[in-house]
Amino acid sequence: MTYTFNETQMAELNRLVARYPEGKQKSALLPALHLAQDSFDGWLPTELMDYIASLLKIEPIEVYEVASFYSMFNLKPVGKFIFEVCQTGPCMISGSDDIIAYIQEKLAIKPGETTKDGVFTLKLVECLGACGYAPMMQVGKIFREHLTKEKVDSIITEYRATVTN
Amino acid sequence: MGVKLLLDKANVPGIRTYEVYRREGGYRSVEKALKEMNPESIVEEVKKSGLRGRGGAGFPTGMKWSFIAKPEGVPRHLVCNADESEPGTFKDRYLMEFIPHLLLEGLIVSSFALGANDTYIYIRGEYAWITDILEEAINEAKANGWLGKNILGTGFECNIHVQRGAGAYICGEETALIESLEGKRGNPRIKPPFPAIQGLWQRPTVVNNVETLAAIVPIINMGGEEYAKIGVGRSTGTKLISACGNINKPGVYEIDMTISVEEFIYSDEYCGGIKGGKQLKACIPGGSSVPILPANLLLKTATGETRYMNYESLSDGGFATGSMLGSGGFIVLDEDQCIVKNTLTLARFYRHESCGQCSPCREGTGWMEKILHKIEHGQGTIADIDLLWDIQRKIEGNTICPLGDAAAWPVAAAIRHFRDEFEWHINNPVLSQTSNFGLQHYADPIHVPA
Ligand SMILES: Cc1cc2nc3c(=O)[nH]c(=O)nc-3n(C[C@H](O)[C@H](O)[C@H](O)COP(=O)(O)O)c2cc1C
Ligand code: SF4
Ligand code: FES
Repeated sequence: MTYTFNETQMAELNRLVARYPEGKQKSALLPALHLAQDSFDGWLPTELMDYIASLLKIEPIEVYEVASFYSMFNLKPVGKFIFEVCQTGPCMISGSDDIIAYIQEKLAIKPGETTKDGVFTLKLVECLGACGYAPMMQVGKIFREHLTKEKVDSIITEYRATVTN
Repeated sequence: MGVKLLLDKANVPGIRTYEVYRREGGYRSVEKALKEMNPESIVEEVKKSGLRGRGGAGFPTGMKWSFIAKPEGVPRHLVCNADESEPGTFKDRYLMEFIPHLLLEGLIVSSFALGANDTYIYIRGEYAWITDILEEAINEAKANGWLGKNILGTGFECNIHVQRGAGAYICGEETALIESLEGKRGNPRIKPPFPAIQGLWQRPTVVNNVETLAAIVPIINMGGEEYAKIGVGRSTGTKLISACGNINKPGVYEIDMTISVEEFIYSDEYCGGIKGGKQLKACIPGGSSVPILPANLLLKTATGETRYMNYESLSDGGFATGSMLGSGGFIVLDEDQCIVKNTLTLARFYRHESCGQCSPCREGTGWMEKILHKIEHGQGTIADIDLLWDIQRKIEGNTICPLGDAAAWPVAAAIRHFRDEFEWHINNPVLSQTSNFGLQHYADPIHVPA
């Protein structure tokens, strides 16, 4: 598969590159990878990383080594929505274990897995800076905080509705 | 009510917008700095203010600024550290989300003081919606002439750019942050050279925390000497504390550093006491990497003095009986919490976040997690406690960056103060799976205010 940014995506990339001095376009790599991941299927196949390398005029390996370092970049296919549930100390003492167990039960998947219909992926993550609003998870750009079992139910219903409609 | 300098306007409706922020007196410090002061006099004011870095290490900001190299013809940069990933810490998020213009105002004045024209905010990737808020605020500031070329007709040019990280705690360490900003893996650099000499793109660079840079605004407005009158000793000004865990009112509070820890936990103005009327067991007062303290050593120092919420008092007694103010991430544990399990989640965090460059950190964090996992799951031996102690000691001070220390300290402090709880786990492998040690550490019940 080959990837190409459309006009809007290309304009965004150019805006990102323009923030850095002449010749320092590699600095735009992290934002460019976010853009790439958001623009296509939510993950970074090799061909997509190669495309980014060509746009930023750097070697493909420079992209791979970065993509594999940062936890927000997915190197494998993921569901349409990723439930990234925080499991670090402050969330744990506020009941994240129960929430994680409940989501596993509701979606019938384990951490790292995706539901058969490809809608949800469950990922356990480390502190997201929402410790005072625990337990919490990130779904896309949004933080879902003060989670309870009821809230998890309604969040699942909410996202499922966007797919079936 | 204590003094508020940063969040005093946080509840004004619409303060996130330029219009309201300006109407409430925003951007006055830029006018004062650019028209009535020069870079040297600004650095002087910051020195007089006694402001210490709010990112965790508490290094005096004015002194840091005075170290920046000024070679002819080489651009300098200011980088704002908004990576905020230390567990327990969520204060910068609050400030950026609700009063983004306060940060921009501080950044413009600071950029002027350092002679930096292109300033970068490096924000953790997960704060995507805050990135949008900041971008919007930057556009507003630009449209109103506070950013761009020739600000206020003074010829000073300042551009602010926001760069998102992508999920890596280590990128909060300033040299890893710089690497990341250059589009690389977040591997901390060996120092020297320090960023003030060779930082971003090998140019002289100052990296400061969000809260530090926001504090520049009141310092310029009121003058360094007035700012220094707030607080106590070398803990001048106000500090944002993000409080979480088993308390009634988790959230972000601005305190002047004269209040006691007891008041902070139990007063309704702040945490509002322990949730469900339970007892306080322990607290990590300055972000997950600082030593955990049992309740008795938290509320009073080893010599029986009241402990206060400031740099000096929280570290009174050193690591033997004290802790640190750190990043202001205040994590409260009630009587039902298990110290072994809590320490395990933190050890897992540091193992996950180690960049892997130095073997003591890369290997040691993994070993500590495995051993704690064993103990937590009823498979530990008494010798494991000594092994843990030995490993943490061999990590501390033997690594390129302080993440190694940050991983070692929580384990060391947990064993130092709660060894009996580790032993209880090991000696009661079955019971410890279903019940917990509770407050057996305390011979006398902990004093709780009426
Ligand atoms: C592992 C590690 C993580 C850090 N994370 C942060 C962070 O998220 N935010 C921050 O401001 N400083 C962080 N720091 C401290 C920075 O290295 C640096 O000291 C700070 O940004 C300087 O700003 P200040 O002087 O204004 O505090 C971290 C340090 C280490 C070693
Ligand atoms: S101490 Fe750990 S995080 Fe820091 S440079 Fe070494 S391996 Fe990387
Ligand atoms: S520990 Fe979960 S958000 Fe900080």
